[in-house]
Amino acid sequence: MLKEIRIHGRGGQGSVTAAEVLAKAAFRDGIISQAFPAFGSERMGAPVQAFVRLSDKPIRTRAVIAEPDYLIVQDPTLFGQVDIFGGIKKGGMAVVNTEKPEDVDVPDGVTLRPVPGTKIAMEVIGRPIPNMVMVGAFAGMTGLVSLESIQEAVKERFGGKVGEMNAEAVAKAYNAAKQEK
Amino acid sequence: MANKLLSTEKLSIGCVAPPGASLVNKTGAWRTQRPVFKQKDCIGCRACDLACPEGCVFGDPKKKQFDFDPDYCKGCGICAAECPVDDIDMVMEEK
Amino acid sequence: MAETQEILEGAMAVAHAVARCRPEVIAAYPITPQTHISEELSQIVADGDLDAEFVKVESEFGAASVVCGASAAGARTYTATSSQGLLLMNEVLWNIAGMRLPVVLACANRSLSAPLSIWCDHQDAEAIRDCGVIQLYAEDNQEACDQHLIAFKVAEDRRVLLPAMVNLDGFLLTHVFEPTIIPDQALSDQYLPPYKAVLKLDIDDPATFGAFTEPDKCMEGRWMVHDACRRSLPVIEEASAEFEKVFGRASGGLLENYKTDDAETILVAKGSISGTIKDVIDEMRDEGTKVGLMRIKTYRPWPGEAVLAALKGAKQVAVIERGGSFGAGGIMTPEVKETLYDAGLRIPVSGFCVQLGGREVPPDGIREIIDRVSSGEKQTAYEYFRLKQELLPDLVPEV
Repeated sequence: MLKEIRIHGRGGQGSVTAAEVLAKAAFRDGIISQAFPAFGSERMGAPVQAFVRLSDKPIRTRAVIAEPDYLIVQDPTLFGQVDIFGGIKKGGMAVVNTEKPEDVDVPDGVTLRPVPGTKIAMEVIGRPIPNMVMVGAFAGMTGLVSLESIQEAVKERFGGKVGEMNAEAVAKAYNAAKQEK
Repeated sequence: MANKLLSTEKLSIGCVAPPGASLVNKTGAWRTQRPVFKQKDCIGCRACDLACPEGCVFGDPKKKQFDFDPDYCKGCGICAAECPVDDIDMVMEEK
Repeated sequence: MAETQEILEGAMAVAHAVARCRPEVIAAYPITPQTHISEELSQIVADGDLDAEFVKVESEFGAASVVCGASAAGARTYTATSSQGLLLMNEVLWNIAGMRLPVVLACANRSLSAPLSIWCDHQDAEAIRDCGVIQLYAEDNQEACDQHLIAFKVAEDRRVLLPAMVNLDGFLLTHVFEPTIIPDQALSDQYLPPYKAVLKLDIDDPATFGAFTEPDKCMEGRWMVHDACRRSLPVIEEASAEFEKVFGRASGGLLENYKTDDAETILVAKGSISGTIKDVIDEMRDEGTKVGLMRIKTYRPWPGEAVLAALKGAKQVAVIERGGSFGAGGIMTPEVKETLYDAGLRIPVSGFCVQLGGREVPPDGIREIIDRVSSGEKQTAYEYFRLKQELLPDLVPEV
């Protein structure tokens, strides 16, 4: 079982942190994981990518994920600027932060799962940083990683009140996604 | 030298040498001219002492008397050139 | 045993592994992609979790000079750098090796300028190949951590007394989060007792380090560096075996031979690209291609005997490099050829320069190389693999 996830966002939206938290949470669940950024373009606002691999075997490759099973898209304004769906596998899933899913041009054989990520982030955290919400929604939709592990990983990563708020946002997104599923 | 790993005969690990190893190099043999410290108009400013690249000028500023160590003086003449009162002459070395 | 895996960034893992070695003086200057190592170490020292002097310096030349002096004064010392920073250390590294000081450093491998690139290749480490620094290469972050303990152990061994450098691929290891064990402190202490210098600077017993030698002695001084570096080969094997005994995992050694025993085609590589190569080898083995990988873990000293033993049964060898010698060819490729030639073997060896400046070599690239050499393609010139001809201008400009 190798699952490859590509996260698209903009510098400052916490895409790399999302990858880190997802990898740490999966590891808590007994899954071997790897997370890394697309190196070098970490400027505020610039399109960035981060990658996560989840497997039951040690992960040896460090190649950039060219044919993902899953996409997490933090910012719908990236469509048209970046080849978001490039290489996605048939039967793949795109978890997209958008309230206008009808605007997203989804390729055949790919499932679109919209999440009002920024809205949930504003409600719970009070800041438009959707990364943890998207991780929670992803977990709820795919069942690949448990809610508890993500919350633990989030608390460990941020600590204190920020950790608590993000853990709450994760739960909200996770449960909403799960119901939808 | 206390450390038994160091000797002047053989190299040591890391080419570490006992201090003062260069004293065996008597650079005075290179000299074609020698300074003559006249000790007449000396004002004790130490210009000769401080300028000597070999550190072989010595003396007492209070007594206004300086001289050089012939074992190491290369005869470069910097002391004579630097002396503000022309109290040092360079003369041909006679061996 | 209190050792457990956790997911953390490579550079962080290395910093904590280094702290377990209890260096007494650390000096480093930030440079991407090394910065997280020295940043975290400075945090560990500031937090009081490591009793060390962290010296902030104005450059890598300063960093190397500080660890040179501190090591000469008898301290266990560490620095980390990358790319241009390593080249700025170059002059001092030759001195450190010549003075036989067991400084340990990490190189987060990164390309050299120009053109300016922050991404990974091995040109930086290979540019200082000949200075007498022992060079180890990690495939993953666990190995990068563990090789630091082995590096200190080997460097400080009285049969060696040389600097040692752990190479970990910039970004591909330093910035990747993956399961890694930070070596346990008690086990680390057991493995690596405090450093006791053979010769050191002492104001009560003065000495000159790296003293002036005339032509009648200099050659012997340099030969001793060569000799010590060669002597470190069995010491590296010993230290690796002891590491395995203490920690229960194999991380050191000279080479890793992956499915080479019956292999007709053997690839030679070092660093993190080996992971992708192994995945391709597994696929091609399933298809019936007899292919294997000889991964170089110890690059300096050159483990000639082990290389010969691994390669002597091959029908063809492909060396995958991340650098080269402009105007000549590869760096490792001629070394592999020399080893085989001296043993009277005429196995065809092809050299491929890949991944300069961080360019990705996807699995199909590795597969292409294996297919080409396996089909008996005779390659004599060192090849810059998948060079984009369409990017090249008129190579001799008309004025």
